[in-house]
Formats: sequence, C-alpha cells, structure tokens
Amino acid sequence: MALSDKDRIFTNLYGTQPWNLPAARARGNWDGTAAILARGRDSIIDEMKASGLRGRGGAGFPTGMKWSFMPKQSDGRTSYLVVNADESEPGTCKDRDIIRHDPHTLIEGCLIAGFAMGAVAGYIYIRGEYYNESVVLEAAIAEAYEAGLLGKNACGSGYDYDLYVHRGAGAYICGEETALIESLEGKKGMPRLKPPFPAAVGLYGCPTTVNNVETIAVVPTILRRGGAWFASFGRERNQGTKIFCIQGHVNKPCNVEAEMSIPLRELIERYAGGVRGGWDNLLCVIPGGSSTPLLPKHVCDDVLMDFDALREHKSGLGTAGVIVMDKSTDIIRAIARLSAFYKHESCGQCTPCREGMGWVKRMMDRMVTGDAEIEEIDVLENVTRRIEGHTICALADGGVWPVQGLIRHYRPLMEERIAAFKARNTRLAAE
Amino acid sequence: MAKVTVDGIEVEVPNGASVLQACEAAGKEIPRFCYHERLSVAGNCRMCLVEVEKAPKPVASCAFPVAEGMKVFTDSAVVRQARRNVMEFLLINHPLDCPICDQGGECDLQDQAVAFGSDASRYHEPKRAVKDKDIGPLIKTVMNRCIQCTRCVRFSAEVAGTSELGGTNRGENMEIGTYVEKALTSELSGNLIDICPVGALTSRPYAFVSRPWELKKTDSIDVLDATGANIRVDARGPEVLRIIPRINEAVNEEWMADRGRFSFDGLKRRRLDRPWVRRDGKLVAATWPEAFAAIAAKLSSVPGDRIGAVAGALADAESTLALKDLMTAYGSANLDCREDGAAIDASRPEFWRFNTTIAGIDEADALLIVGSDVRREAPVLNARIRKRWTAGKFPVAYVGPHGLDLTYPAAHLGAGPGAMQGFAETLKAAQKPMIILGRGALQRADGAAVLAAAWALAADVGALTADWHGFNLLHLFGGEVGALELGFVPGADGKGLDAMLAGGVDALWLLNADGFDPARIAAGTFVIYQGHHGDAMAGRADVILPGAAYTEKDATWVNTEGRAQRGRLAIFPPGEAKEDWRIIRAFSEGVGKALPYADMHAIRAALAAASPVFARVGDVARAGCADPAGPAGGEVSGADFVLPLPVYHQADVISRASDVMAQCAATYGPAPALAAE
Repeated sequence: MALSDKDRIFTNLYGTQPWNLPAARARGNWDGTAAILARGRDSIIDEMKASGLRGRGGAGFPTGMKWSFMPKQSDGRTSYLVVNADESEPGTCKDRDIIRHDPHTLIEGCLIAGFAMGAVAGYIYIRGEYYNESVVLEAAIAEAYEAGLLGKNACGSGYDYDLYVHRGAGAYICGEETALIESLEGKKGMPRLKPPFPAAVGLYGCPTTVNNVETIAVVPTILRRGGAWFASFGRERNQGTKIFCIQGHVNKPCNVEAEMSIPLRELIERYAGGVRGGWDNLLCVIPGGSSTPLLPKHVCDDVLMDFDALREHKSGLGTAGVIVMDKSTDIIRAIARLSAFYKHESCGQCTPCREGMGWVKRMMDRMVTGDAEIEEIDVLENVTRRIEGHTICALADGGVWPVQGLIRHYRPLMEERIAAFKARNTRLAAE
Repeated sequence: MAKVTVDGIEVEVPNGASVLQACEAAGKEIPRFCYHERLSVAGNCRMCLVEVEKAPKPVASCAFPVAEGMKVFTDSAVVRQARRNVMEFLLINHPLDCPICDQGGECDLQDQAVAFGSDASRYHEPKRAVKDKDIGPLIKTVMNRCIQCTRCVRFSAEVAGTSELGGTNRGENMEIGTYVEKALTSELSGNLIDICPVGALTSRPYAFVSRPWELKKTDSIDVLDATGANIRVDARGPEVLRIIPRINEAVNEEWMADRGRFSFDGLKRRRLDRPWVRRDGKLVAATWPEAFAAIAAKLSSVPGDRIGAVAGALADAESTLALKDLMTAYGSANLDCREDGAAIDASRPEFWRFNTTIAGIDEADALLIVGSDVRREAPVLNARIRKRWTAGKFPVAYVGPHGLDLTYPAAHLGAGPGAMQGFAETLKAAQKPMIILGRGALQRADGAAVLAAAWALAADVGALTADWHGFNLLHLFGGEVGALELGFVPGADGKGLDAMLAGGVDALWLLNADGFDPARIAAGTFVIYQGHHGDAMAGRADVILPGAAYTEKDATWVNTEGRAQRGRLAIFPPGEAKEDWRIIRAFSEGVGKALPYADMHAIRAALAAASPVFARVGDVARAGCADPAGPAGGEVSGADFVLPLPVYHQADVISRASDVMAQCAATYGPAPALAAE
C-alpha cells in the first residue's frame, strides 16, 4: 500500500507551492510550536524515542537516544545543535529539496530539537555548492526571526534560540560530524578522535549534537501527529517515512517520500516509472548512496528498503540514494569511478585511508581495462579489508564497500575482463 | 585510578590515562609514529592499534581513554595483523631509499618495518612524489619520505609556538610544509629533526656525513646558553659530527636550542692549536715552555696587586677555580667574571641565580620579564614558559624593546626600568609570581640599581616568601654562573673589570674572556689570553695559551639555576691545545706555586669545598627566600633596555666561527628574508 498524501511530511517536496512562511503556515508548519515546547524536554525526547526515528544521514542511530546523551544540567558550557546539510554523498539530493522547497520544516525542527537538548543556538552547515539553497534558507530564517519564531522568546515560548547558516567549501569529509565541527570552527575539516563524542565535547568544546537535515525536518510533524503515528509505517526498528532519491537508469528519476520497508522493486516501479527497458533489463542497484555495496538484480527482486533488510544483504540503507543501473552499465568502471571519488575526498589523516584509497583506485583503474592478474582481485579485496575499520572515521569504510560489493557479486566479470585483456595482448604480441 | 588488564598483567593507571600509557605501565611496548609524549594526540598513524575487549574494532591506544576493568590485548592476531596492515600502507608510497637516507639506522619506520613489514611489496602502481621544501639552512627535507604523522606540525604549533608548519591538500596529496615557502623562524627548529620519525626532516649540516653506529656518543652539556641543556655529542675520530639533546625533565625536557645544536662546525675553524708569544710586536708560534716562560717572567716582575684575571662566558668551573687559586698565590685579588659589565651583586647566591628553577616555572602563576628576550637568550627555557602559558591562567608582561615575539602573548609595559611597576598589581594577586631579570638588563651604568629595583619589586609583590622564590636572573652562557659560585669577583681591595682594563693592572690573564672590546685594555697591559678560538681578543694577547672547547674537556658547568652538571670529553683538543685547568696547574708548578690538586678527583674535591653547588652535581637546591633584604642599589635612569645578543646565531666565539651559523645569520638577518630568495 502506497503512502497516502495525508501522511506525507514534506508536502512541498516538489516545489509546487512557494517555500515562504505564509505558504508553509498554510501547509501546517509552525502550528502550535509553542505548545510543543511547553511539553518540556523529557516529554519531547520520549516522544521521539517512541517514534522510532533513526538518523537519516546514513548511520541510522536512534535520534531520541542521541538527544538524550546531551547534558541535562549545564556545567557552565552552552550546548549546541548542529545540522548537517553537507549533503555530498553521490546519489543523494534529499536535503537539497527540503531546504529549497520546504525550509520551514527544517527551521521549526531546529527550534524544537534545540529546545529538547537545551541548546542555545543551532548551526546549519550547508555544503558550499548549495549556494541557491543557502540563499533560500537564509531568507526563510530571516522570515522566522521577523515573525518572532526564532530569536528571543521564540514562538512566545519564553525560550531564546538563535539559528545560523554556515556554508562549507565543498569537502565530502565535512559531512562527517566531527570534521564538520572542525570546519565550523574554522579549521581544516579532519575528523576528530572519539571519544570524547560531540555530546560531551563538540563545537567549541561544548556539548553538541549533529543531526541530518531530514532527521530534524521530520521532528515537528512527529510531535504534532504523535510518535505512534510515525512508528506505524515500516517494520519494527525501521519505522517512519523516508525520502528516497531514485536515479540512474529509470524512466522518471525523482525524490519521493515513501514509507520505510517498501520493497525496492515497488519503489522503482511505482514512483520512478520502472527500470529503463523493463525490470529484466536491471543489472544492479546501489541502494543507499555511493558508499553502500551494490545489490545484483536477484537481490533487488524482493529486498525491502530499510536498515535491517539491506544489512542482511551486506549493504545498507545509507542516505537512501537509490542508484539504478541497467545492463548497459560497465559496472567495473562505475565502481572505479566511485573509488576515484573516495580517493579524492580522503582527508589524509589516517594512514590506511590516505595511502589505501589511492592504491584501490589505481587497481580499480586497471580492473576496468583488465590490465591485471587474476590474483590481484584477491589482493584488491584484501587491501579493502585492511583499510576497513582501521581509521578514525567511516569514510574509509564507505570508500571500500562498493569495491567489496563488486568483487562479491561480479568477480566472474572481472576475471573475464582480465582474460580478454590477456588474450588481446598475447595476440598482439604474436603478430 | 583504574585497574586495567594488559595481556593478562593487571596494572593501575590514573583515570583519563590512555590505553597506550596503561600498556607501557604493564611493560608492553606499543609501536607508534604520530604519538609523542610531549605533543597533543593526533591518532592518525594507526600504528598503535590494540584490541580492547568488547570493542568492535581495534582502537588507537594513544587516544583511547582507559576504563575500569578494561582488558587490552597487545599481541593478538588481530593486533599483529593491524600493525602489518599499517606498515604496508606506510611503505607503499615510501621511497625505501634507506641506503641514502640520513635517518637510516635510527629510523622508527625502519625499525618497525623489521618487526611488522613484509618481505615483498604487493604495490605495483607508481609511487607518489612530493616536492622537497626549502625550510632554511638547518633542516633538509626529503618529503617523499614523509609519513604525514604531523609531529612536526604539532611541535611547531605547540612547543615552539611558531605555527609555521601545516598540512596542505588532502588525502594522498597531503603535504607538510609552510605553504608559502620560507625558512622556519624558531630557535628550536632542530628538534624537528629529532621528532620526525622518518628521514623527511634531517639535519642539513649532517647530511651524508655519517651513520649513527659509527659515532662515539658522549654525554655533555650545552654551554652556548645558560639553560644547561643536556646533550649528547656524537663524534667520529677528531671531529664532532652532530649534537643532539638528552632527556632531563628538570632542565631541557628533551629539547635543545639551535645555536647549541648546529654551531659545532665552529669547533673546527679559527682554532688556537698552539701557543703564541708576541715578539717585537708580532705574535709568533711558540712552544708551551716558551709561552710559560714569557708569562712567568712578566708575572714575577710586577707586584701581585698589579696582576688581574678575567673569566669569560665559556670558562668551565675547574679552570676558573684554578685561575682564582693561582691569582691568590700571586697575592692578587683582582678577579672578575662579569666580563660583560653586568652589575651582578655577588654577595648572595640568590641575587644571581634563577631561584624559581626551570621546573618551578610549571608552578608559577604570573610572570614579569625585565630586559630579556627570553626566546633568544634561552630558547628551551622559553619553551618551558610557553608550556606553562599553554596550561592557562598565566598572565605575562615584559619590560624591554617594544614588539618582542616571545611565542606567547605578553603585555608590553615599557622600554625602561621605570615601567616595571606597571605589573605589580597582577603579580600581587598571584599566589606564585615570578620575575625574570635578564643579565642584559644589568649591563648598563645603573645596572646595580636595576637589580635592586627588580628585587625590591619581587619582595613587594610577595614573590619572596619562605616557600616560594620568585626572583630569577637569566644568564646568557654556560660558564657565567660557575664563576660567580666560585667567587671569581674582586676580593678585598681587589680591582673590578673596569679598573683592570683602565690600566689598574700590568698583567691581565683572560680565561675565555671574549665578552668585551679588546680596545678597552690599556695599552701597556701584558695580556695572557687562554681560550680556544682566535677571535678578536686573541689578537690583543701577548701570550696565547690554547685551551679546549667544551666538547674537548671533562668539565663542570653551572646553569642559570645554579645546577652544576658535568660535560665529558668527546674529542681531544686540536694540536697542542690542552684542557684549561691543566694548563694553569702546569704553569703554577713551573713557577713554584703548585696548586694543591694534581688530578681530576682532587680538583673536583676542591670545587665541592669551594661551593656547595659542586657537591650536588646534577641537582639544584631549591628553596624559598629566607631574607628578603635586597642588594644595594641606587637611582635607576630612564634609559631604555638594550638586548644583549643582537644576533641570535652569532653570540659567542664558537658560533661566530661556524659556517652554518653564518648562513643562519644571513637568512634570519635584521630583515626577515625568504629562504626562496
């Protein structure tokens, strides 16, 4: 059963209406915000826990629990909310549409989330390439200040809250929460060692929670309609609605808000007009943004789109950026392109990632042409295992997973390519 | 305290300690590249990964805090594999040019590769190439070898206080450098060579000179500033090839200053390697007996009170004592060790010592610096002040030329002694206030008044209490305090430096005294110069006695705290030069006034009898101030302070003879010059 329009949180995802405050109010945003705040911090956090919302940025950490890590009593330091709008994962563009078409869902969410964690201010770190989006966001924030929804005595709740927008400079790594904090502080975007976690020592050394745009933007609606409503969608532990970004070889690429645990095939066929050339022309799907391992067609036939189902297939929901590839795709080349991306985006701090990503990228380049030995596939797979799990942040893990997925599912194709290369060159040599 | 089990060994470590520290407490060595005890934790090399029970992934032990009941495994299959992994990654882009690398033989990467490296490479792609950087005349860079551990970046930002190094670009293309290429301006830059775990930063003067296993290593003391940094002199045959610091937590931790480290090539140039005697107005080469005869003839022809002696900045304690005893034997009380004219009151040790002690800086909570550029006069001591400042709540102010860059923020109160009072309120509010008075501030006509005023200020602000001594005099060279401790100052009716130079004596014995203009010596004075370098003073001499430099003798040096430390003979003095105290002893025997010590044990016993500092070698007696009564003073003038060492790299006879230091002086000359120019 498809998600009905009345259960959609992002009712202006496609920009059919204006983004501005009057239009947003007509859509129900900023309705009774003061009353929500009046419920108190603990009540809001309990409601979030009841909703089962898991972070929408990729890792899927339960949001209510994350908020509850923030100190209840200040030790003299202020607390901050940081919103991660550095949406740089290839295949993902959900936050962009939220910000440019429905910014008030985010701004209202920032106020409520900030209140729930006792923050005095929120920072929205938006990727530098989202220039137009940042203009919209700043204008929407200005509107909110103008209307008394932010700032001193926000929404008449008696709570003072400021919200700032900070533009990044275009580094993928700045989407990692601690690198984002470093960048926000004006330093080079390099992930910090954990522990201490941001909830203890974050922005400017103060307790900080970093949340994804979508996570924050769904908060007001959850609190208005109740955690139980949100939890009624999707499977246990994978509740709620979610924006999926469907692209690649589909007839109608789109962003769509659907319920969690929707079957992948239904998602593609109902919302994206099906795979180009029909379902049988499908080669594989990268289900959750570039860092999740691909799923070959036989898995795609019946897999559900949620955290746990995809994990069973050694992939992940990630940011739900669904990249569909049909049989015209050179899958080795496609994954090699991703390796090049991760090599380029490694911050250079940890040895395995700094040195390993270039190695993987170069081996992948040779795999594309087949200029390799069969045994090198094993070396490649072994190198990715040596990178994975040995670094400060998860960029290295995400960077090698696509390669591991490729080898897991398409090793015969790689061997074929190598054999063909050898045959071609032996013949040339003989001539 | 937390109980942690490391490989089955239970240890107790303080809460907040890292897993790596717990492993060390259990006697387990953890390989590391980026971790350094005295720098912040970066956690980026990933070499120190260990397995912690219940942790899903191996953790970086340098950064992971211990928890009660934690179980750590440092030698499991996972850990060994993780180390091999990191080693493989470090080596794929490393040039593996050990045979032509100066770090070879003392390279962390080389050592760890023996333990965790593979015998063959699986990497068949092109290696990364990185352009070498020109960061000045002292440090040679081979950036291909860099493993991006960022120790150098953290050292320059945290310890040296000159944030000149950083990482540009990211990922594989990350490069360490100064961004705009230039020479590093820190006086502690040589320490980058020591902390670099690979051969990326090596000593330029030492490039391609030697292998570490060929060197004879001798423990010694750096005397080119008054900090008394503990050093190791590495020599091969008759040559000193390099000098590196040793660890002494109370003095230099593990740093040393560039002048001490790199000026040793001056030990080979302009040396006095045979005696000289002036005949018919010209210095001619002579033998030892001839030189002694010339001196004996002169000294026996003048009355004792017409003979004088001056001990200089680089005179060791043994020879100073011997010279003093010789002068006493001649009936002369004309002694002075304040060759720079500093008006040091020698009546009480507290007036000339760094009483707080260097380690005591860590406890201080406010600091006033008077007439001293601590950064250039004692770089290592300045790093200690910076360390204290970094810990927080440490107001600092200085009186002296405007615009001193001390590497930490310091308020400028004024240029002359009158400005000292401007910080009195802050000092009074502090529990343990400190005043550092530069020796340079006393080299002026009203020096005694400045000393008295600084002491009076210290007494006034509560820096002189029974359990805290906040008055400190910062000296400039390693031989200055030893002579003061031995009382090498005018005795009863004795003449001081000015009187001696102005014709008050007929014969003047200069022991390593190069600190004043030779032209000040009255024309008729017979000058005996005993020293090791043919600097300006040797040219004025009537007899030259070739002595030994600090690396060439077993000698005792006293640093600015009053800490006696022993330097040892690393190489023999060149030519016919001899250890200084033996020269004086031999002379005394020749003239029938044999000094009562004929060997090292005897003279050291005499030293210990002369002053208690020599009885506690290596140690310092730290005490509060029992008597706040100050030295005699007078009226301070309004004149501005002038810093005593205009050129950091050329401040003494050794560094003035050094080519390397000349290059530095040219690079870092009055106007900042870009290395690329």
